[in-house]
Amino acid sequence: MPLPAPENLNVILATDCGSTTTKAILIEKVNGHYRQTFRGEAPTTVEEPVADVTVGVVNAATEVGELAGRPLVDEQGQLIRPARDGRGCDIYISTSSAGGGLQMLVTGVVREMTAASAKRAALGAGAIVMDTIASNDKRRPHEQIQRIRELRPDMILMAGGTDGGTVTHVVQTAELIAPARPQPRFGGQYRMPVIFAGNRDAAPHVAEVLKDIVDLSIVENLRPVLEQENLGPARDAIHDLFLEHVMAHAPGYDKLIAWADAPIMPTPGAVGDILQEIARQRGINVVGVDIGGATTDVFSVFESGGQSVFNRTVSANLGMSYSISNVCSEAGFPMILRWVPIEMNERELRNRVKNKMIRPTTIPQTLESLIFEQAVSREALRLAYLQHREFATTLKGVQQQRSVGDTFSQQSGGASVVDNMKLDLLVASGGVLSHAPRMEQTAAMLIDAFEPEGVTELAKDSIFMMPHLGVLAQVHPQAAVEVFERDCLITLGTCIAAAGATRPGRECFRYVVEFGDQRAEGEMPFGDLRLIRLGPEQTARVEITPARGVDVGAGPGKPLVREVRGGTVGLILDARGRPLQLPENREECRIVADRWARALEMYPDLNSL
Amino acid sequence: MAHAYTPGLLVTPRMRHRVRRVLPIAGDVLVEQGAAVGSQDVVARTYMPGDVTPINLANQLAMPPGELAGVLLKQPGEAIQKGEPLARTKGLFGWFQSEFKSPASGTLESVSSVTGQAMIRSAPLPVQVLAYVDGTVIDVLPGEGVIVEADVAFIQGIFGVGGEAYGPIRCIARSASEDVTPESIPADVRGAVLVGGARIHHSAIQKAVELGAAAIVGGGIDDQDLKTVLGYDLGVAITGSEKLGVTIIITEGFGDIAMADRTFELLRSHDGARVSVNGSTQIRAGVQRPEIVIPLADEAASGDVQGAHGGGVLQVGSPVRMIRDPYFGILGTVAALPHEPQMLGSGSRARVLEVTCRDGRRVTVPRANVEIVGA
Repeated sequence: MPLPAPENLNVILATDCGSTTTKAILIEKVNGHYRQTFRGEAPTTVEEPVADVTVGVVNAATEVGELAGRPLVDEQGQLIRPARDGRGCDIYISTSSAGGGLQMLVTGVVREMTAASAKRAALGAGAIVMDTIASNDKRRPHEQIQRIRELRPDMILMAGGTDGGTVTHVVQTAELIAPARPQPRFGGQYRMPVIFAGNRDAAPHVAEVLKDIVDLSIVENLRPVLEQENLGPARDAIHDLFLEHVMAHAPGYDKLIAWADAPIMPTPGAVGDILQEIARQRGINVVGVDIGGATTDVFSVFESGGQSVFNRTVSANLGMSYSISNVCSEAGFPMILRWVPIEMNERELRNRVKNKMIRPTTIPQTLESLIFEQAVSREALRLAYLQHREFATTLKGVQQQRSVGDTFSQQSGGASVVDNMKLDLLVASGGVLSHAPRMEQTAAMLIDAFEPEGVTELAKDSIFMMPHLGVLAQVHPQAAVEVFERDCLITLGTCIAAAGATRPGRECFRYVVEFGDQRAEGEMPFGDLRLIRLGPEQTARVEITPARGVDVGAGPGKPLVREVRGGTVGLILDARGRPLQLPENREECRIVADRWARALEMYPDLNSL
Repeated sequence: MAHAYTPGLLVTPRMRHRVRRVLPIAGDVLVEQGAAVGSQDVVARTYMPGDVTPINLANQLAMPPGELAGVLLKQPGEAIQKGEPLARTKGLFGWFQSEFKSPASGTLESVSSVTGQAMIRSAPLPVQVLAYVDGTVIDVLPGEGVIVEADVAFIQGIFGVGGEAYGPIRCIARSASEDVTPESIPADVRGAVLVGGARIHHSAIQKAVELGAAAIVGGGIDDQDLKTVLGYDLGVAITGSEKLGVTIIITEGFGDIAMADRTFELLRSHDGARVSVNGSTQIRAGVQRPEIVIPLADEAASGDVQGAHGGGVLQVGSPVRMIRDPYFGILGTVAALPHEPQMLGSGSRARVLEVTCRDGRRVTVPRANVEIVGA
């Protein structure tokens, strides 16, 4: 069925089929503007005993329909289309991460160059990268073959060689895949889909080596020259194969694909799309994070070398339920406890963490339990962001021309493009951030984990709507951006943070904040946090005068004057310096954590513990 | 969401159970439909392609890859033994020949004229699948495996480590609240599935391994003990491939916690019975819990086939277990299911339920923090 013209789209139903919950939202044109009006959810039904994803979709759509007073599902359990007489919707679109999402293996010749580009293409398409095979990954060929045999990815992306460059090394990679005879995750009824996006001169040889073993697609080289990536064709091929092979083998997805009016996208791919759209339209640098039960996704869009660079990473075992034990294991208990302002018994905590791991759907009932989970989340986010910054680099292997003037500011290829001082907007989503009882807690978790510098706006995705809007952007970008701006984001406020360090208690910066007819001014001692309430519709003129060597965005020691936005939390002045340092002594650290928690009014009932 | 499904562990004295036993890759099924099988009978067998030894022959012989075909002493498809010459260069007038001897036994699979890489595939590795439970083959999946059906008592645990194991139940605790310590394990437990009451201590696991027990089942385990047993801190609950010498299954959770009476009594009532256990746990999409499967030899009716999953819809009177602090592990029955979300101590609003605990207390907990007890 052809899509209605954009001007005729009045009612849009969008779902995101997650591993545990299927979330449906209704977007309607209200007074000429697109608004998200109703939402509903139901358990995802890919597992036994139901084993049909569309049952969860129908349940979620039915709930939305009941709330909206607009039936969306008919008596036969079919979505009603087009919208007519207060019934049905004009289009239905969906994303999916159910059944473990899209799992890929990528290969390249040099780990830091073509293999890194292949990984970026796979991650950008919304995949989880299970492993990266490269000539220099320090494994011997038989170990690489063994690894390929053990993994059961949904598909493989092969890169390697610039066009006209090495053929031998690329073919060698194919010769590792062929004897491994990789088996796809959903059984042996079809051959493993493999995308070759490497040196075009090597393509016929690769095809010869892999013939009769895999289902090979050849697309344009994703690194045609060292100085440039061309990830689009590989990414499109991944999406096509995702629909053709992965989704088609998941229970009920054949029906879902037929229902949807636009191709179903992997959830993280859709989130990446909407963030790129927003960064492009507003001309800003954005970091987005989605912390789930098993994994944490970090997205960034930064201006680098005159172009907008998008990166996504998935920290596969950093999450708040299935992977909570891994977070504690990777970070270590002392690192987690440094965020906890009360005394806690470590042995008891360890058992609690494991109990959450084996019963992942439980929620904190007590304040003590909440404080601990939020402490764990800071470390999960911190580690995920660290991994992201290490991955999101300028292209490695590029020859650089330097002049004498660059002598003292030389940066090698491979420097991170993520610069916290240039970060304009930090967007939070995922249970522990979105469902925190107080917005102050969400803001504090973001600041402590990401350590933004200078002036950064903080926001959260109100109901994890970004995936829906990402897929909507494919069909109707204007509607997607309108809903994102009006209904998706809840602005928490603005953080002004000082980079650099001085002695505790010494002046870090002075501030003057003017909003409406009010004025606040004072001095921020190093190590302090302060909250100035500034409402969601308010803006303020701020003037910050940093101490020598301290940078708040205008350069070390240079004063900053600019307008900032308020939010549900307000304006947060952070004079703790960067990188954040907490006392090593547990009791001293507890006192500091307590002071910060009170400064941001995180836990009003803290005294009761 | 008023009738949302609430999880639970399946503990039932009788059910008709089906297990799907399939090979990882296509192979031969060795039994026929209708055959009676024992738990340790082999029902399907196959051979995995052997390991591959790659050799860059062109580099070894210092010659262009395109010329390798002329110096091979074995052709692709031919068998070769370790130490046997694989290729020999012609040299100069028969002098200065270079020879390369195979570093592995197997079959020469390929030699690339582009990269100079040769692949030697070793002998296929046999893989076999056991029936797992005493029962009847009710379906043969050609080339894949079988489905075995049996009437069983079935107990799902919450977490386990180690794979499939078999043996007679040996109850070593007098009550469900008795810890499993080295002192509680007698000397003659080789091959047995030990059933204790509450927390399994690390030293008890050590003793069970020393004495050759097949498995050990208890109410709980301390995180630190698990770490000591495994030798590492478990990050995600995906287990089953550990080689500890014993399979461990806990039925309730981590910490000092007694086995639910119902579970303990069911296991005790089958003391001496030969059972199949599996510690494999996967808490992700497609959740898999550890299990103890007890075949029932009598002829009583077991009804229709039942899926191996517990849980159901919460109702007033449903027996539940609270699975999160501050009431972790406490059993009770649902006293009320208020419709409106309520404010929790954490400050969040959530759907709750009221539970009358066994000691008579009435407490309010989030609905997400209980599981239905029993079948």
